[in-house]
Amino acid sequence: MSFQGKKNNPRVTSDKLIIKGGKIVNDDQSFYADIYIEDGTIKQIGENLIVPTGVKTVDAYGHIVIPGGIDVNTCLQAPHLGMTPADDFYHGTRAALAGGTTMIIDHAVPEPGASLLAAYDQWRDTADKRSCCDYSLHLDITRWHDGLFEELEHLVKDKGVNSFLIFMAYKDKYQSSDTQIYEMFSAMRELGAIALVHAENGDIIEEEQKKLLDLGITGPEGHVLSHPEEVETEAVYRAVTIAKQANCPLYITKVMSKPAADVIAKARKKGMVIYGESIAAGLGADGSHYWSKDWAKAAAFVMSPPLSPDTSTPEYLSSLLSCGDLQLTASAHCTFSTAQKAVGKDNFTLIPEGTNGIEERMSIVWDKAVATGKMDENDFVSVTSTNAAKIFNLYPRKGRIAVGSDADIVIWNTKETKIFSAKSHNLTVEVNIFEGMECRGFPVVVISQGRIVLEDGKLNVTEGSGRFIPRKAFPDFVFKRIKARGRMADARGVPRGNYDGPVHDVISMTKSVPATPTTRGPSCPGKTPLGPARNLHQSGFTLSGTQMDDHIPRRTSQKIVAPPGGRSNITSLS
Amino acid sequence: MSGYQGKKNIPRITSDRLLIKGAKIVNDDQSFHADIYMEDGVIKQIGENLIVPGGVKTIDAHGRMLIPGGIDVHTRFQMPDRGMTAADDFYQGTRAALAGGTTMIIDHVVPEPGVSLIAAFNQWREWADHKSCCDYSLHVDITEWHKGMQEELEALVKDHGVNSFLVYLAYKDIFQLNDSQMYEVFSVIRDLGAIAQVHAENGDIIAEEQKRILGLGITGPEGHVLSRPEEVEAEAVNRAVTVANQTNCPLYITKVMSKSAADVIAQARKKGTVVYGEPISASLGTDGTHYWSKNWAKAAAYITSPPLSPDPTTPDYLNSLLACGDLQVTGSAHCTFSTSQRAVGKDNFTLIPEGTNGTEERMSIIWDKCVVTGKMDENQFVAVTSTNAAKIFNLYPRKGRIAVGSDADLVLWDPDTTKIISAKSHHLAVEYNIFEGVEVRGAPLVVISQGKIVLEDANLHTTEGSGRYISRKPFPDYVYKRIKARSRLAELRGVPRGLYDGPVCEVTVTPKVMTPVTSSKTSPVKHTPQPVRNLHQSGFSLSGAQIDDNIPRRTTQRIVAPPGGRANITSLG
Repeated sequence: MSFQGKKNNPRVTSDKLIIKGGKIVNDDQSFYADIYIEDGTIKQIGENLIVPTGVKTVDAYGHIVIPGGIDVNTCLQAPHLGMTPADDFYHGTRAALAGGTTMIIDHAVPEPGASLLAAYDQWRDTADKRSCCDYSLHLDITRWHDGLFEELEHLVKDKGVNSFLIFMAYKDKYQSSDTQIYEMFSAMRELGAIALVHAENGDIIEEEQKKLLDLGITGPEGHVLSHPEEVETEAVYRAVTIAKQANCPLYITKVMSKPAADVIAKARKKGMVIYGESIAAGLGADGSHYWSKDWAKAAAFVMSPPLSPDTSTPEYLSSLLSCGDLQLTASAHCTFSTAQKAVGKDNFTLIPEGTNGIEERMSIVWDKAVATGKMDENDFVSVTSTNAAKIFNLYPRKGRIAVGSDADIVIWNTKETKIFSAKSHNLTVEVNIFEGMECRGFPVVVISQGRIVLEDGKLNVTEGSGRFIPRKAFPDFVFKRIKARGRMADARGVPRGNYDGPVHDVISMTKSVPATPTTRGPSCPGKTPLGPARNLHQSGFTLSGTQMDDHIPRRTSQKIVAPPGGRSNITSLS
Repeated sequence: MSGYQGKKNIPRITSDRLLIKGAKIVNDDQSFHADIYMEDGVIKQIGENLIVPGGVKTIDAHGRMLIPGGIDVHTRFQMPDRGMTAADDFYQGTRAALAGGTTMIIDHVVPEPGVSLIAAFNQWREWADHKSCCDYSLHVDITEWHKGMQEELEALVKDHGVNSFLVYLAYKDIFQLNDSQMYEVFSVIRDLGAIAQVHAENGDIIAEEQKRILGLGITGPEGHVLSRPEEVEAEAVNRAVTVANQTNCPLYITKVMSKSAADVIAQARKKGTVVYGEPISASLGTDGTHYWSKNWAKAAAYITSPPLSPDPTTPDYLNSLLACGDLQVTGSAHCTFSTSQRAVGKDNFTLIPEGTNGTEERMSIIWDKCVVTGKMDENQFVAVTSTNAAKIFNLYPRKGRIAVGSDADLVLWDPDTTKIISAKSHHLAVEYNIFEGVEVRGAPLVVISQGKIVLEDANLHTTEGSGRYISRKPFPDYVYKRIKARSRLAELRGVPRGLYDGPVCEVTVTPKVMTPVTSSKTSPVKHTPQPVRNLHQSGFSLSGAQIDDNIPRRTTQRIVAPPGGRANITSLG
């Protein structure tokens, strides 16, 4: 685990710190010990540590000490409909730290047609200057263009990106076709990256939007009416099907509805390598607010997929999170001011999408899942930090309290409560979708890179102190299984002699064109250059592997190897 | 159901009078013993100990079962495929159908993309009128979609007696429609009162898998099934269900071939979707292990799409779902090609013409697999082989029932005969029978079509061209009563709010405001259909009897505010 990616920005890493008397909680166990931190790294863990003088001591008695949260889905810079989010990297990461999150993974969204590398550079540039906590980047694939695969390869091998998002929604803008999804999944598997999917059927949504606008429904309720949860579920189902064929690890961002979560849970039972991400909004609020008479409030909830109007959804999602059917939590934080949202005051399709949640995420998960007894403190660490670190190959540098890990640590008060409000949050927007919600559990001390950034309710952040954390390809947690399946998956033909019977003469020339193989020319320009690099024999035919249909005779017959040159009986017509 | 239109001028022998004595009449709802008298191709009397004029031919049923003739809802006789024509034409095909106890077929019209639907329909009518030996009707396949086709669909429904159209989610770049097109087609179909049929397979994935499998050097028939795994079928079914739900359109999945696809249909029905599933003779009677046969010609004979599942427990599973009502109708998808035609794809499985036999074997297979095993009784057998099809496609009670006034399409069924299916004895033109060597119990003894005996003592007496075209009216009650009720419920209302009067952000960057532009770019398509299509009747399917009835969404929708009521709009902070 090389700690590359440090920058030259002046940073205070020489702080020495000792955390005393807390209960250390990792995802696997909890124990009482002191932690000694130096140069942004955990140096020692043990009982009653004796440390040099002049070291600041943080008292953690009565609290738990957990790895800092990792928020795997933020959009702090991606423009939407020509507007930039109200909370940028500075405000966003500041709020993250205030809530106990010490690392974010932001989505870099290139303009459709623009180069991914250019977007990467642009995001790096801004985030390096503005971010207050460590960060990493997902790249969103917004359009299929020539040289896309080379860009993906370059990003994975040289730029420390191991996850790419594909949109199944936003028709004519970001949306990819099934063919493109298949090819990108195949490419990502070869590169050892994880395919993230924004799962909604953009074709249906567009038709529904037209229908609703024609009916004269222009308010925010039109947004949720045009994005029914079946449409989310359908897309998840399709993504699962394609990922299975391509033997590619799949990650569904923003699981917002019960049936979508069910599809993921079922796919896992069938052996798929798939992860589902629930977000703060989905766990802490529901979609009934879209019918609020207060336009500004209703509009603040607009995001895609929308919050489900089914009020039992948050509880259901937190149960699935607790039982492991969903694995991690994010915020999908992407906020717009009321004035920005009001661009769509006469047409809900013009309302920029996104909700807050970066600051509230950890407390919401604690309150909904731990305080209610659905999960324990170790599970809490898993879903807020460790699983994310494992999936995105940050582990054990992040996501664990261990000697050698980064000193991103949170001291968590499990007993007291806090009320969310737009008046007190650390964001620039006027509306907080969790307004008035009382949550048990919040951070009392937050340590980022070995430095105390939150103490006594005061934030002490440094703009630009956040480092870019590169992530390597082929995370073990994800790819060990994928690789095993790839090895198993050699499909074999049946050895037969040549067919020597009569062959019908096809007269009509036009029709004899082989249907499928030829028709693919223009649709996948990026494919051809990749051809030589991609070893088709390693590609995973996913019906193999440990699947539930192992008993069927298909594979057994495949594996029969005939004597070389053996001539079998071919044409016995009746 | 009175309008017995569609008769032609071809000389037909309809004046036969016929009496069947002592039969056990089996309908889908009950069985009873009676005599039955028919004249002019219609059932005239049903009763005990009927007294009939002399000179009437009498058949003594000796208490055997008399069932409504089978309806094969899916055939593709004479279908052109890449320069070839299916080996069994309307004559051979309907002859085989009658031999197996099926007295009506519904064939698929497959227009070449670019050819008018009506022209293709007329072409099929011409073929069938000259050759068909039993009554027939036609589904029309929509092989491409653009605005102008709406009028064609309307003309077919209103003037030509077509009430079902099939869209393809497979055959990329040939027949395949995308989701937007499917949505538009479904909306049009619902407004016309027709039924949306779907060939459910994800063509995009298949095209990729075919490339991959060919790239691995697999060129034989096993490549066909390897490139079309059953997940790909289930995915497409799931997508079609979603679109049908949104458009409130009745959905009919043709050729249910795998367990997972059948499960998706069963689940959708539990959630209240109006969806029907059609397993076929091949999927009920055999499985996909044969694709690995060392005999190329045999393996190729099983090529059909979606393919037979290599999972050998599939037929039993599908028969069970058919018995419990999760699947409703059976077809044969009969579309056969000779071995030399198949051999066009001897070096590349994607070139093998697709389709299997089954029109002759369908009834016996279902009897053997379902009734003999005790999965269903004789009444259910009638339902899945005949009555349900007649109801869904609006042929009921003219077809699918033994009642006074119904067509005299009857089958005297012998539940005990066993026979071995073989290419040597079948009534088809092809060299292979995919059920070769299968022993089935249950077979027709006597088949009566249009009041005329066409099968007796194992001899077929068919007349080429005697089959009539049976036109079907739109809005079948069995399907549309629920659809209509849902569209009445489905009116959406917005939230009455005053005008937003707060600050509005100025969007400076012009080129980025792409979404409104693109959505208006696509809406011209919208303006044309608008006058015809009443959008206020369109069904937003979250309403209706859905499982999520408890959610607050609709309740809130229904709140009607005092007109002009001014709501509190912008309380910032």
